Amino acid sequence: MSIALKELLYKMADDQLILGHRNSEWTGMGPLLEEDIAFSSMAQDKVGQSLALYTLLNQLGESDPDTIAFTRNANQFHNCVLVELPNQEYDFSLIRHFLFDTAEALRFEMLTRSSYEPLAQLATKIRGELRYHTLHANTWIKQLGSATPESIGRLQKSLDYAIPYALGIFEASPHEDDLIKSGVFEGEQKLKEKWMAKVESIITQTSLHLPDWNLAQPLFGGRQGKHSEHLQPLLDEMSEVFKIDPTAEW
Amino acid sequence: MDEKILHILETVKDPEIPVLSLVDLGVITDVVVEGNNVLVKMTPTFVGCPAMNYMKSEVETALLQQGFETRVEISFEKPWSSDLISEKGKAALKKYGLAPPPSNKIFTDLEILETSNCPRCDGSNTEMKSPFGPTLCRALYYCHDCKEAFEQFKPL
Ligand SMILES: [Zn+2]
Repeated sequence: MSIALKELLYKMADDQLILGHRNSEWTGMGPLLEEDIAFSSMAQDKVGQSLALYTLLNQLGESDPDTIAFTRNANQFHNCVLVELPNQEYDFSLIRHFLFDTAEALRFEMLTRSSYEPLAQLATKIRGELRYHTLHANTWIKQLGSATPESIGRLQKSLDYAIPYALGIFEASPHEDDLIKSGVFEGEQKLKEKWMAKVESIITQTSLHLPDWNLAQPLFGGRQGKHSEHLQPLLDEMSEVFKIDPTAEW
Repeated sequence: MDEKILHILETVKDPEIPVLSLVDLGVITDVVVEGNNVLVKMTPTFVGCPAMNYMKSEVETALLQQGFETRVEISFEKPWSSDLISEKGKAALKKYGLAPPPSNKIFTDLEILETSNCPRCDGSNTEMKSPFGPTLCRALYYCHDCKEAFEQFKPL
């Protein structure tokens, strides 16, 4: 059981850490000051949540959270590829924020019922915080997804590009059956179904359209440590601070 | 919880909101006293709260100064919610110019966050500008009566 549980915690924590880092890159760069603050706040939440998840791993016998976060190479990370992609234009960052955070909020909601008590407790806490992230994403998607032909066109392009990566969030774990049977997590397939319904419920309120789910090809690999060329440079940058001063508070 | 210890903990304030003690903030979840040894259990407001380590060491210092051997444990056993802020704490927030959080129970429907009473005029002719403010626990609002922005301590 402990192997399956650790695998689940690693991929969740890595998702939070990497997307948190990408969000923080918007600091001082956002299209509006409010958006700057929003992405910085969400970055702070996600990095904090990743450290709390690494702390659970530490309690299960893994290294301390800083070592786990800052001394592994790209092929040892289990985040989905979606979160490591560069920010690009605001349209893509917003679409990624919407697609990922919707899945993330549902995942933690499911985990509030986990049979692994420390994870259920942490999930209860994190679920509440994520409501603000999904509120933020939904508000902007609804607004810009129905605004001008230009904003709709740009978001649609980013949505089409991001969907295969977003489906990669739900790449099955080799331990899927263990997790479901032991009641630790209800599984990626169930999460994906909830996610598709939620994403549809928001997108149908806009002028955007979703691809046919049956034709969309998921891009897998991230969960097995197979990443794009964008992850390693991000990790190098992140760990630079750590290598200079491993005791630095952040 | 032990009255004497709580009294000491009342003197430790939230570094971001100096009018609010950690006891009124609701982050002290348990105090166990055995003779001269005190175990304080705390829980963060937000998981990524950058002030947590600072608050932890302030608690240790305050109790140490009164001669107690202190250990502080941080856990999510009893997760923090804005409903744990005491009435005294809510009044202090308002006086400080921060709108106190509405009950977390009505937070199931997110649309409810669209308005908050203005801490200056008490009016509800207000509008949420962003759920993210200068710190993790604050949201940005605008009061159409006062024609000024204000911040709210977010319900969580
Ligand atoms: Zn007012």
